[in-house]
Amino acid sequence: MSRDEPLVLGIETSCDETGVGIVRGETLLVDAIASSVDLHARFGGVVPEVASRAHLEAMVPTIQRACDQAGIALRDVDAIAVTSGPGLAGTLMVGVAAAKALALSLGKPLYGVNHLAAHVAVDIVEHGPLPEPVLALLVSGGHSSLLLVPDVTQDVRSLGSTIDDAAGEAFDKVARVLGLPFPGGPHIDRAARDGQIAIDFPRGLTSGRDMERHRFDFSFSGLKTAVSRWVEGQRAAGAEISVPDVAASFQEAVVDVLTRKAILACQDNGVEHLQIGGGVAANSRLRAMAQARCDSAGIALRVPRPGLCTDNGAMVAALGAQLVAKGREPSALDLPADSSMPVTEVTA
Amino acid sequence: MSEVIILAFDTSTSAITAAVHDGSRILAEAAVIDTRRHTEALAPMVEKSLQECGLRPADLTHIAVGIGPGPFTGLRVGIVTAVTMGYALGVPVHGICSLDALAAQAVGDVDGELLVASDARRKEVYWARYVSADGSAMRTSEPAVNHPLDLPEEVRALPTVGRGPVLYPEHFRNPRPILDVRAGAIADLAALEIGSGRHTDAVPMYLRRPDAQEPGAPKPTLAGGR
Repeated sequence: MSRDEPLVLGIETSCDETGVGIVRGETLLVDAIASSVDLHARFGGVVPEVASRAHLEAMVPTIQRACDQAGIALRDVDAIAVTSGPGLAGTLMVGVAAAKALALSLGKPLYGVNHLAAHVAVDIVEHGPLPEPVLALLVSGGHSSLLLVPDVTQDVRSLGSTIDDAAGEAFDKVARVLGLPFPGGPHIDRAARDGQIAIDFPRGLTSGRDMERHRFDFSFSGLKTAVSRWVEGQRAAGAEISVPDVAASFQEAVVDVLTRKAILACQDNGVEHLQIGGGVAANSRLRAMAQARCDSAGIALRVPRPGLCTDNGAMVAALGAQLVAKGREPSALDLPADSSMPVTEVTA
Repeated sequence: MSEVIILAFDTSTSAITAAVHDGSRILAEAAVIDTRRHTEALAPMVEKSLQECGLRPADLTHIAVGIGPGPFTGLRVGIVTAVTMGYALGVPVHGICSLDALAAQAVGDVDGELLVASDARRKEVYWARYVSADGSAMRTSEPAVNHPLDLPEEVRALPTVGRGPVLYPEHFRNPRPILDVRAGAIADLAALEIGSGRHTDAVPMYLRRPDAQEPGAPKPTLAGGR
């Protein structure tokens, strides 16, 4: 790590995690997080107003903690990066306003960055420079996307995304049907370890015609309904339901489609590196199946550690450091929070 | 008090507004009426206001911000900007009740009792009662959020500032021509607070709980299910 490399502070508030990360060049110094996830649990999903209030309360303490743990003074930072979209409008605004306040106070450049590009860039601090191009599978409670990334600082292309529910959303909804707590992902993952893949749930958008029109798109809404119907049908018939079996079978259907399409996207585009990111990348079955299928297809797999897959400030700082290093243009001080920022826009 | 330089702003009403104050007078003040562009407009306005005074952020000794009550999303933009700037610059941040600022703006116009009623959306107003005397307005009721008709008729009949009378002219029949907070008024009140050695934290006055319902049982998906 050289002192000449840019020192960048990144802020992430697109959903329920207040993240402040500090990166020097390609080295992660600190990844401070304050999560409001527990406040949302009883509502069965993230409540934007609850999350926004929590971001405001957590912002300065989290910035302070990040600087303290990194052993840096705020004035040493070379640039401020912030998720400016996509995400929840109200929560994004808290982070964008805080980032501007830092940039303005310190007289440092501001970079509004795309949340999805940041999910790709974070692996730089874990596994080194990104292969160019890399194929990225981003799966979380808000996103399910396949991206072709020739250059994460300026060229991100969307190959496909979910046409209804995000993968993580499906985990949450199925967890509710099974009486498991929010967020559903970790609970289903845990339950599935004791289960058998006993039920053949549908694989959305994988049939012949769909593979023509939606080759790299996903659909998880039908799967969720199929699980609900199956559970209700069993209950109506007075049959005992094995939560581990349903969890394992549902999870297998999601992971099968995600990995199948990701490998196919690599092969179609002649890409030899697949990276997985987003909260669902913490799923143990997804990691295992992706590894097995990449191995047989001769594709190198990169998955950051789970803490860097979920939303965090380090990913924003990691992308910011790349933007500074490559001399990309900073954002203006009238940068908006853009809840529907297109994935093809790396910076705003 | 020339050693005091206060940066003040407010995003709790329909105005996005910023001002610079030296402890005794306003050096610069700006405002734009826009209820949808707080995130975009505030920081450039702050930058420009400082530049107009030939000041840099590092010259600031205090920050003051309107803490509402006001529509949450815009309100938070002002408050998070204030507390983050305060932290970055190492200066104290004073939270000023935005209704107090509106009342202070009415002091020259109204003598005696007055009502502040601002837009709380959902057919409600944020409101508080004041007495204007000797060049200042003293709050005589806690800020609250209500439907206009929840206020007693004699209260609604008081000279009223804020957008309540614009939105509900049938309920507030004594409007005064002061609609939105001016950052200069926030700064004036902050200067008084600083001068008296008091300090109010910049914590938002939401007055409402978040809208959120705990889910019931999952909806059945089978035909004939209940």
